[in-house]
Amino acid sequence: MKLFPAKKTALLAAALAVTSTASAAGKLEIFSWWSGDEGPALEALVKLYKQRYPSVAVDNATVSGGAGTNAKAVLKTRMLGGTPPDSFQAHAGQELIGTWVVAGRMEDLGGLYKSEGWDKVFPKDLMGLISSKGGVWSVPVNVHRSNVMWYNPAKLRAWGVTAPKTWTEFLTTCNTLKRKGVAAPLVVGENWTQQHLWESVMIGTLGPQGWQNLWAGKTKFTDPKVVAGFTTFGKVMDCANKDASGLSWQQASDRIVDGTSAFNIMGDWAAGYFTTTKKLQPNSGFGWAASPGTGGTFVMLADSFGLPKGAKNRTEALNWLRLMGSKAGQDAFNPLKGSIAARTDSDLSKYNTYSKSAAADWKRNKIVGSMVHGAVAPESFMSAFGAVIDQFMASKNAQGAAAAAQQLATRSRVGQ
Amino acid sequence: MKGLSRDRLWSILVLLPSVLLLAVFVYGFIGRTVVVSLTDWGSDPAQALALNPVIRPVGLANYQELFTGFLQVRFRQELVNTLFFTLFFIVGCLGLGLALALVLDRNPRGEGLWRTIFLFPMSLSFIVTGTIWRWMLQPQGGLNQVPTALGLPAGSFGWLSSTESIWKFDWNALPLLTATVVGAVLALLAVRAVRAGDRTRALVAGACAALLLGWAFLVGPNVKLLPAPEPHGFNLALIGIIVAAVWQMSGYTMALYLAGLRGIPEELREAARVDGANDLGLYRHVIFPLLAPITLSAMIILGHISLKIFDLVYAMAGPDNTATSVPALNMYLTSFRQNQFALGAAIGTVLLILVAFVIVPYLANAFRGERGNA
Repeated sequence: MKLFPAKKTALLAAALAVTSTASAAGKLEIFSWWSGDEGPALEALVKLYKQRYPSVAVDNATVSGGAGTNAKAVLKTRMLGGTPPDSFQAHAGQELIGTWVVAGRMEDLGGLYKSEGWDKVFPKDLMGLISSKGGVWSVPVNVHRSNVMWYNPAKLRAWGVTAPKTWTEFLTTCNTLKRKGVAAPLVVGENWTQQHLWESVMIGTLGPQGWQNLWAGKTKFTDPKVVAGFTTFGKVMDCANKDASGLSWQQASDRIVDGTSAFNIMGDWAAGYFTTTKKLQPNSGFGWAASPGTGGTFVMLADSFGLPKGAKNRTEALNWLRLMGSKAGQDAFNPLKGSIAARTDSDLSKYNTYSKSAAADWKRNKIVGSMVHGAVAPESFMSAFGAVIDQFMASKNAQGAAAAAQQLATRSRVGQ
Repeated sequence: MKGLSRDRLWSILVLLPSVLLLAVFVYGFIGRTVVVSLTDWGSDPAQALALNPVIRPVGLANYQELFTGFLQVRFRQELVNTLFFTLFFIVGCLGLGLALALVLDRNPRGEGLWRTIFLFPMSLSFIVTGTIWRWMLQPQGGLNQVPTALGLPAGSFGWLSSTESIWKFDWNALPLLTATVVGAVLALLAVRAVRAGDRTRALVAGACAALLLGWAFLVGPNVKLLPAPEPHGFNLALIGIIVAAVWQMSGYTMALYLAGLRGIPEELREAARVDGANDLGLYRHVIFPLLAPITLSAMIILGHISLKIFDLVYAMAGPDNTATSVPALNMYLTSFRQNQFALGAAIGTVLLILVAFVIVPYLANAFRGERGNA
């Protein structure tokens, strides 16, 4: 009994010592929307950071909500209120550039890229996507692929079809499946998954170069080729389920597993869902291919962190970015997140079957950015584009949808 | 001075903080929103979030964009959605609430328990209601599975995911429709004024009606708001949301009606019975007229709830489902995702005007009543 007070004082002293050193050595606030399933991956990074900089107190300011819908709103109030976090998460590319870089709120990280030698380990196409106006604006910590077509191998064998290679072939396969009594050969979910599909159809129609021209402002949306892409998209959607807007992407993926539908175009986070949640084996329980017409193209999206101007703990934030871009950081983070490293020299032995194949493609393929996940289009475009797709689904007027998309692009200063 | 007695000074001092807070945080912000809605803040992404943004006044351009702009189809559909939603929500709540109240008024066994059960949904937030009903209305399972309990095939109604709509009209015909409806109402007023012998009133109303109807028939058909026809209608997916909203709020109207019913003195009912009224007649000629003021206040409260509804739709159909969207959702997305602050402020202002249409006549009525009583 007598021991307790002494113990307490000792503990108290120790606690005080810890807090005082922490406050002396600095703080780091990282702002992200990684919680739940993605939380452990971030934790791994934070742990690594603490090992390297034990005296820094890391404040993990997570605002949960899919794809950062809530976090972005909180971030906006903080930035406008003059208290930016030290480093915040944003989808790499135009989502950050079109919102914060054009407003002059971010620091150029070109120096960091040079001193760390990152311009050599990140693919050139990726560097193009995260740079603008002579600056590099964020450090991508992971890469996801958006143009993947998922299917159920056993079911496809039973139906006697194979994964189509082009959208024309897809429409033929769709008719075959419909004749065999599959009401909806393609499954789509709520609005953003339809935009996700649109993107795959468009890249499959225009080719990677045509897609890049579209976002560089060299090709107008009203171009006959883009209009043709919209028309194809309309035909593809005729193969899809009618209750789309009521389904999340997971529920849509479930219909591949149970064989209600044959194909689903979704990003490669679906692989994690199939293996972890559904306990399916890659290649036997679920199969994948590049979405039709995009073989040899890697449509990427990436989570990245940037450095806002006026960050309180700039040095700590730079150390954080240095860690995120390092081989050790990316290899600690990505196997847990279910994504692949943005660096081309990552340790592939840590990854699962699907990720290995994606990482191989990442090194070989032509890389272009995803629209719906913020790599090529600014937020102001993405967020309003959903209404264009909905309008198109109601009217099936390709010309009108293309004209609306062009107006939207002009308003959002796409390619300028 | 009589005006500055001690009591008066005290009352001013006590009221001052809340008056100041109201002035800044309600009226000041309303004013600020209106001012922002008349600028171009956000139309240039480089200026939207800059430290010292350059903001230029553009007059009513944002409003013009909302009502006639090529890109703002979504907003117009939302206005139509709001109209239908408000209509069915109010009718549903009043109907169901009155029915429940009438049943409870007959003093069934366990009345207190029933009352609690019916009133309970109101204690939930719309987010909770929305989440529960989204589960029940999901495409596979939920309500569509009910027929399978009887061995029938499952239903296939897209409660929240249907993209079909009925009662379609062309947005270009909107001025024509509005002018015709308002003109018809004014004509009716004129006729009534003539009957009442109010000459000036009859003349003014009649002239306005003639003007509007004349415009509607001569000029109206040629007015084009948009370059192409744009059909809008009642989206069937809204039905699911209306069901959930009615479930949430009908207990509240029940409570209102029940209070009203209990407030009707027993003598009145007895007197009516003595005069030979049967049950139907008693309700039609005695009870329902006495409930009219309650219906009015319920309509006002439900009306403004439905105009500004946001969370229920967000939880049930998601923010990006244009078929079921409402202006409040669009305002949020426009301002905080697209960073189009001026356009978002314009949507907010339109919403405020709509709510004012509902609230102001009620407030005016209430004030007049107060003064009459004083």
